[in-house]
Amino acid sequence: MLRFAIPVVVLLGLLALLGIGLRLDPREVPSPLIGKMAPAFDLPNLDGSARITPLDLQGRPVLVNFFASWCAGCQVEHPVLMKLAREYGVEIVGIDYKDTRDAAEQWLARHGNPYRSIVADALGQAGLDWGVYGVPETFVLSAEGRVLYKQIGPMTDAAWRDKIAPLLAQGSASR
Amino acid sequence: MIRLLRVVHVLSLLLLLAAAIAPSFVSAQPAAPTPTPPAPLAGEQQQRYDTMINQLRCLVCQNQTIADSSAPLALDLRDQVHRQIADGRSDDEIRDYLTHRYGDFVLYKPRLAARTLALWIGPFALLAIALIAAVLFMRRSSARQLATTPVVADAERIRRLLQEQEGSD
Repeated sequence: MLRFAIPVVVLLGLLALLGIGLRLDPREVPSPLIGKMAPAFDLPNLDGSARITPLDLQGRPVLVNFFASWCAGCQVEHPVLMKLAREYGVEIVGIDYKDTRDAAEQWLARHGNPYRSIVADALGQAGLDWGVYGVPETFVLSAEGRVLYKQIGPMTDAAWRDKIAPLLAQGSASR
Repeated sequence: MIRLLRVVHVLSLLLLLAAAIAPSFVSAQPAAPTPTPPAPLAGEQQQRYDTMINQLRCLVCQNQTIADSSAPLALDLRDQVHRQIADGRSDDEIRDYLTHRYGDFVLYKPRLAARTLALWIGPFALLAIALIAAVLFMRRSSARQLATTPVVADAERIRRLLQEQEGSD
């Protein structure tokens, strides 16, 4: 009996491991920034009228959304961001990644603007420092400016409901 | 057995298919302003650069190094490595720079640390377990064989018994 039990147990163990492997998404590389302070940047806003640094994002929880007018996934997530900003009053800061002012302004005029403020990261240096490897990516920052969560790929209703809304609720309850 | 093989076959084909049609969010990136190209590297620095970019993973096309990939991110990372070598940063400093942003995943050759221990030792541990199991298995089957073959020393006793029987006849 044991003679047959051992290979079966080994096989089941292997299947369990493979099953876990199938559920993991290799495109979602866990960010080493979680729990750390938001990486520094000092960049102009989209119309060039002011400069923005992470200090400007402190004092209340914010979403930092890397987007670009050339990015297809950004168009996919855009209605969700609009809803978060309009219906739930979430403060979203956009970082316009490797884009031009004209293209971004046209894109926002066409699709709507969910952003409280927009940082122009024309050369992608902030993207590099934040470990962005494919827009759209969205970071959740706590009131003291710590990275709580990173959404890789388009923002979805499910990600908001299951991951981000609870984090924000926790953050405002503990203050 | 053959049926099982066939099931495995079909399963692996399905897996391949799923991988092929998996959604990708890669999109074409238009010409955005690019920083000025850095100055060329000297001989020894160029060598370090070549080695380095062949050991770093491009996070967009994850099975390529940043040397192989033509994704914009790979271009940026090559540019970073180039600049930092030109600025006199050491290989370790550059690796730190990248892992602080992208995590250990960016390194094709992970560092030996408590977290990566399983990765480094795992294969050898599995090999050891397999060897021990094989040795135990072979010992057990040869022991079974010994138990079923007549022991040579018994030939003497058989002869004596036969003689005794002849004597009594």
